[in-house]
Amino acid sequence: MTATIDLDVREGVDRETVETVQNMGSYKYGWDTEIEMDYAPKGLNEDIVRLISQKNEEPQWMLEWRLEAFRRWQTMTEPKWAMLNYPVIDYQDQYYYARPKSMEVKPKSLDEVDPKLLATYEKLGIPLKEQMILAGVEGAEDAPAEGRRVAVDAVFDSVSVGTTFKDELAKAGVIFCSISEAIREHPELVKKYLGSVVPQSDNFFATLNSAVFSDGSFVYVPKGVTCPMELSTYFRINAENTGQFERTLIIADQGSYVSYLEGCTAPKRDTNQLHAAVVEIVILQDAEVKYSTVQNWFPGDEEGRGGIYNFVTKRADCREARAKVMWTQVETGSAITWKYPSCILRGDESQGEFYSIAIANNMQQADTGTKMIHLGRNTRSRIVSKGISAGRAQNTYRGLVSMHPRAANSRNYTQCDSLLIGDKCGAHTVPYIEVKNTSSRVEHEATTSKVDDDQLFYCRSRGMDEEEAVALVVNGFCREVLQALPMEFAMEAQSLVAISLEGSVG
Amino acid sequence: MLKIDNLHVKLEEEDKQILKGLSLEVPAGQVHAIMGPNGSGKSTLSYVLSGRDGYDVTEGSASLDGESLLDMEPEERAAAGLFLAFQYPVEIPGVGNMTFLRTAVNAQRKARGQDELSSGDFLKLVRAKAAELQISPDMLKRPVNVGFSGGEKKRNEILQMAMLEPRMCIMDETDSGLDVDAMRLVSDGVNALRSPDRSFLVITHYQRLLNHIQPDVVHIMADGRIVKSGGPELALQVEQEGYGDLLSEAR
Repeated sequence: MTATIDLDVREGVDRETVETVQNMGSYKYGWDTEIEMDYAPKGLNEDIVRLISQKNEEPQWMLEWRLEAFRRWQTMTEPKWAMLNYPVIDYQDQYYYARPKSMEVKPKSLDEVDPKLLATYEKLGIPLKEQMILAGVEGAEDAPAEGRRVAVDAVFDSVSVGTTFKDELAKAGVIFCSISEAIREHPELVKKYLGSVVPQSDNFFATLNSAVFSDGSFVYVPKGVTCPMELSTYFRINAENTGQFERTLIIADQGSYVSYLEGCTAPKRDTNQLHAAVVEIVILQDAEVKYSTVQNWFPGDEEGRGGIYNFVTKRADCREARAKVMWTQVETGSAITWKYPSCILRGDESQGEFYSIAIANNMQQADTGTKMIHLGRNTRSRIVSKGISAGRAQNTYRGLVSMHPRAANSRNYTQCDSLLIGDKCGAHTVPYIEVKNTSSRVEHEATTSKVDDDQLFYCRSRGMDEEEAVALVVNGFCREVLQALPMEFAMEAQSLVAISLEGSVG
Repeated sequence: MLKIDNLHVKLEEEDKQILKGLSLEVPAGQVHAIMGPNGSGKSTLSYVLSGRDGYDVTEGSASLDGESLLDMEPEERAAAGLFLAFQYPVEIPGVGNMTFLRTAVNAQRKARGQDELSSGDFLKLVRAKAAELQISPDMLKRPVNVGFSGGEKKRNEILQMAMLEPRMCIMDETDSGLDVDAMRLVSDGVNALRSPDRSFLVITHYQRLLNHIQPDVVHIMADGRIVKSGGPELALQVEQEGYGDLLSEAR
């Protein structure tokens, strides 16, 4: 009966898609929460960096690290090579730190929790028990769980507001907490690994993040441990004119395994908001990390007003032999997306995989892809990218596959498919391939197609309306990537595919 | 049930008249066959009735149970009970056959104000119907029509018909590309669906199919019109003599 159950769930997924198309507005998470916030003054200078460090009660070494990054950043210029058009960003016209006032003192019972914060979690679909834990209510961890077993770390504007299932994870030896807590509680791990995958000087946005990151998630899975549940972080930008700069550090020690999910939302705003995150993953011998993202930041309206500028640096280092990483991303949000989750395949026989769906509708622009850096022998990588463009959007796949001289007998397979809806959008594919040895093999396949009128008519003649038909056909186009996602995320992602293409036909 | 009156249709892109005053009536419970030489407009008729883009109706009407079809979107026609079994069923990569069927069934139920079928009920139903048509569980999981043989594609069309339970079924050359066994399966599937309140319009080139699906009326179509109608014996006459005599007689 296993097959039946599996099928049932898949069926449910698609029903959900269809319902979502019919029932939802174009951006589900577009509300904002009126919560009293603590802001640092607008603008960026050393004092702000010091303030952020002080608010997080950081040790001196961390402050020094930030200041070093900040000084470096002042000498750098914004990269311009991506196929993206946006007005000049005034980095002095942003808030770099905001947090809900109610978080200054941790609440002792549900009554003390800011009800608006709770309402926010509810709207985000976080189960009640986890809401209580996130809000810091004492004893909430002991309440009976409601089926779903996902540990959640929620980051609201600049601060982590709580992490669930910490005790249970601790029993397995897994550390899952906010990065600010990790800096205080596990300095030896943070010192050893922070910046070891994405150095402070890596690129303009990563360096900015190194200076001003306010919070994010930290994961350490010890040797030989399979993490007993999925780990998940919800990021939400709420405050206006506030940049969000979260930093995530994941360390999978030898022979360990963890699956990590990341979801993002933001309210509708007329102005653009900046998001510059860094994710570093260190994977040691025989360890495996799966990192899945459903990025649904506010994409701006149909005319291109507002929306998130998403400049993200994500990189995994397969540092030792047979380490394995799998990036899966569903990018439907943001006005601008600049993001290339990458794999450094340093250990011999290490493996990197990248599965991506990038949807750009209306005036959205996405320039996204991956880098597979093959350094070790017998390393393997696989890239499956599905780009969907609609409205007047521009969608670029940009990917690098590099085989170094030492990476003998390594292999890459790249499949890059673009789908166009309508005749005012664009799809671009920019593959870079460098092979510096004679025994490695690189394959690249690319297709570009339009949504087929015959397919749409076939669906409609069976009773589906046009939007249902488009959602079905596009979900089919993305299937290989959707299947790489954990089941819960796959459902959310299918709905998102449908929502983000609303109004793209007819 | 289906009533077509003086239908004139031309291609939208080129100014070419395809249907030139076609009239036809299929009462409830009856099976009508349309035969005719290549280029007589048979497929155009099926597309216009189901609402495909690219055709311009310049004159005449078509209605299902008194409701004008021509003003409706394709999905509204489907919800009203019209079904077209395609001559060339379309492939949809990545979309499971089961998912497709379920989405279609529930879309129609919703349009008619009925509750959606639960997963359990849907699965039970689809498995039973698939078994009757000798459609394997594997075929239900595979993407819609992708990699299906000609016979599998046509059986899949009949499965959709069986699941959607339309009142008016149009079959566009469903027999083309079928071997003898597949033809029997398809015909048995169609015959099982025959009922006093369901009608069929079977478009075909060959009398062969009509041995399996017995029509009440046979129409001969030529140059965008019905030129002669009669009983099943008319199909036999075409098979033996070709269209030549019939057409010159009609002129």
